[in-house]
Amino acid sequence: MNTLIFRTVAPFLTALMILFSVFVLLRGHNEPGGGFIGGLIAASAFAIYGIAYGVAAVRRAIIVHPMSIAGAGLLLAVVSGLVSVFAGVPFMTGLWIYPSLFGVEVPLATVMSFDVGVYLVVVGAITSIALALEEREED
Amino acid sequence: MTLLCLFLPFIAAAFAPLATRHLQHNAAWLLALAPAFSFVYFAGSLPEIAAGEVVTGGYAWVPSLNLSFSWFIDGLSLTFALLITGIGTLIVLYAGGYMKGHPQQGRFFSFILLFMGAMLGLVLSDSFLMLFVYWELTSITSFLLIGFDHQREAARRSALQALVITGGGGLFLLAGLIFLWNITGVTQLSLLVHMGDALRASPFYLATLLLVLGGCFTKSAQFPFHAWLPNAMEAPTPVSAYLHSATMVKAGVYLLMRLNPALGQTAAWEILLPFFGGITLIVGTFLSLRQTDLKLMLAYTTMASLGLLVMLTGFDSEHSVAAAVLYLVAHSLFKGALFMVAGIIDHEAGTRDATKLGGLAKAMPITFAAALLAALSMGGLPLFFGFLAKEEIYYALAAGDLRSILFTLVAIIGNGLMFAIAFAVGLKPFIGKAVKTPKHAHEGPVLLWLGPAVLALLGLTGGILSGVAHRFISTPMATAVKGVPTEVTISTIPHLGIALALSVVTVAFGVVVYLLIDRARALMVRVLDAIGPGPDKAFDAILAGLVRLSVCVTRITQPGRMEVYVTATFIILAATLLVPPILYGELPAMPAMPSDVLMHEWAFFGLALIGILAVLTAKNRLTAIAALGIQGFAVAVIFLLFGAPDLSFTQFMVETLSVVILALVMTRLRLAPSDHRPMGQMLLDGAIAIACGTGFALMLMKSTQNAFNNSLTDFFNAYSKVIAHGANVVNVIIVDFRGTDTLGEIAVVMITGLAILALIRIRAGGPLKPADNDPDRTGGHAR
Repeated sequence: MNTLIFRTVAPFLTALMILFSVFVLLRGHNEPGGGFIGGLIAASAFAIYGIAYGVAAVRRAIIVHPMSIAGAGLLLAVVSGLVSVFAGVPFMTGLWIYPSLFGVEVPLATVMSFDVGVYLVVVGAITSIALALEEREED
Repeated sequence: MTLLCLFLPFIAAAFAPLATRHLQHNAAWLLALAPAFSFVYFAGSLPEIAAGEVVTGGYAWVPSLNLSFSWFIDGLSLTFALLITGIGTLIVLYAGGYMKGHPQQGRFFSFILLFMGAMLGLVLSDSFLMLFVYWELTSITSFLLIGFDHQREAARRSALQALVITGGGGLFLLAGLIFLWNITGVTQLSLLVHMGDALRASPFYLATLLLVLGGCFTKSAQFPFHAWLPNAMEAPTPVSAYLHSATMVKAGVYLLMRLNPALGQTAAWEILLPFFGGITLIVGTFLSLRQTDLKLMLAYTTMASLGLLVMLTGFDSEHSVAAAVLYLVAHSLFKGALFMVAGIIDHEAGTRDATKLGGLAKAMPITFAAALLAALSMGGLPLFFGFLAKEEIYYALAAGDLRSILFTLVAIIGNGLMFAIAFAVGLKPFIGKAVKTPKHAHEGPVLLWLGPAVLALLGLTGGILSGVAHRFISTPMATAVKGVPTEVTISTIPHLGIALALSVVTVAFGVVVYLLIDRARALMVRVLDAIGPGPDKAFDAILAGLVRLSVCVTRITQPGRMEVYVTATFIILAATLLVPPILYGELPAMPAMPSDVLMHEWAFFGLALIGILAVLTAKNRLTAIAALGIQGFAVAVIFLLFGAPDLSFTQFMVETLSVVILALVMTRLRLAPSDHRPMGQMLLDGAIAIACGTGFALMLMKSTQNAFNNSLTDFFNAYSKVIAHGANVVNVIIVDFRGTDTLGEIAVVMITGLAILALIRIRAGGPLKPADNDPDRTGGHAR
């Protein structure tokens, strides 16, 4: 996969896909999208980068091991579910706050952080599988 | 306060290694304070219990299931508690001397104290669950103690055998307790003992009884479950003296006694208990005659004594319970003492082979005195506590009918042989010509002889002051066992009568055997050799058979070939999909061809079909994978056209990633680039694939032909925006309405990822070798 075109396009493609995956993640509550599909898009982005530049480059780029991303996501999802316990409502009850940023009301919810958790788990798990498979013994 | 006593041994166990590190063997004095404290506390409640009161207490544990952590102290549990803490105190001190200088002495103290806590909990438990937990805990601590010297093969085998037999028996007990709970509806022993009539009338009585007996007989080493007890002598002597004579093995007898008011007084009880008890008594004494090792001789007589106790518990005559109670206490005292004596001889003379010992009296006067006193009690001679027990046994058994005569005969033979063994252990090594022993024999330190001396003296004082002993120990205990007030009055002054006459016969028989013991031993060896292998060998054979069976099952179900797994999975899938609709006539009706299919819809169907055809005709695997992707994309577009954008979106991404990952796996596994299955195999696999596909299509058609239940759809459509503030119903379901499901799913994704990573790593590092557990090759060291 060392064609010049692919190697030139890959970084831009990866960046765009990751941006798009975040967009898909955030719009998921009202439009088609969500954490799972967003995670898959991001994982494909890393896979493309890996095919173009090798696994080591991807590992350098994401700094931590992809499995720790997945672990962090799972932790975030559990914590999002547990927040409701402190509010005295059952586990996994969605809680909403409406802070005002620059005059715009932004609804934030534990549901959203939960979805971010899903996103991170999917990115982390799929990326680590793909990277491990791409890796050769000599890498 | 009782709660503190229940947990004190565990607390002491936690500090034992630390204390031993600083104080070496003298830590025994400190650690013995824990059981001594409990002993004093329990002794303080003697007058109260003797007056007929019962101490109860506890905490609700799971109130909804009627489970509690509760204790209850009556005459029976108090006597056991006193034996456990009293003998326990002496054993800790004895272990201080016996294990002196052993590098793992702290651990040993810890195990012994753990056991003590478990045993104490067992006899004080009121609730079934607590009883069972402590019951199994005694099995586990016994395992740890028997296998204490874990570098020896024999110790490991014995420990495992004891755990398998007593732990397996524990499972029987658990089932029995559940039966008891279901029949009576109570979960507390103190309530259960009043439920005897309901239990005896239940159709499940016999099953319950057999299950409970399964637990009790294994724990108390009744024939044919006795093999583990002599093997348990692999443990250091303090363990043998404490667990395998004075306390743990009596747990089964304890439970039988405890349940006597509830389960007793039926034909089954009065046949099974005396029968197995009698056999155990006879087998135990005969086997003990054969032995030359002091500890093994004692171990087999312990088994015999347990048989005698079980026999008496089930015999149900006027004096039988009193006899069992007296004998239980007497046995704990003299057998504990004799075991410790055997340990001292081993420790100071270097051997415990009865044929290589003699004339030790001059070298070890205190040990000799203790041994002789204990042997006199075991022999059942006047003035000693053992005499009371033996008289009461004959009062209980002697009567005119055939059953009584038979069991009296059994008791005479058993007691006579035990008399002989008592003196073979307690007298013979000390008298006669001094024999050269491996070590130069001399008296042990105070830590060693204190225990046996105290126990032996107690056996004497208990006999002389029989009135006091009866008032505080025997009478309350017998009352608890019988369930009705029972007075024990036997005294150590011999009264002329049938019992005394039988005692004289017993002693005479015992003396004869003692004098001819070498000949009797030779005779037993010949007889046993003629009989052949016993339950001990059977245990090995059963275990080996179990291993072979599991190897066979594993070979069949886990052959390690991917093809077999995949084929089996898909055949079962096809069968599940196809067989029920055909059997029950639930096949879908052939749908009418829709007339309004648009051009572009036809195009995507065609694309999916082309993809499939390309997979089938592809020359190599890479092409096939890519072609499968085409089919997947076509399906994704179809989802999109029919109004499922989320699903379609996900399908696109999943297809993309599948193709990438499959291609990567292929290069990684270095598969042959193309498929080389023989024709027959291809036809078979093709048939399975078509069956699966057909089945799935039929199921989908059938489910679309039924009317949909729209209540969920309506609910989600109505409330998604209102309650959960989200317009995308699918996503709201995933992250909010069914968020807990999603949490489980992402956990699965994560774990799957980890598992795949591990698989890839193994592949990269070459095949892993299974751990080498063969003790012969690794020298028995944990690695």
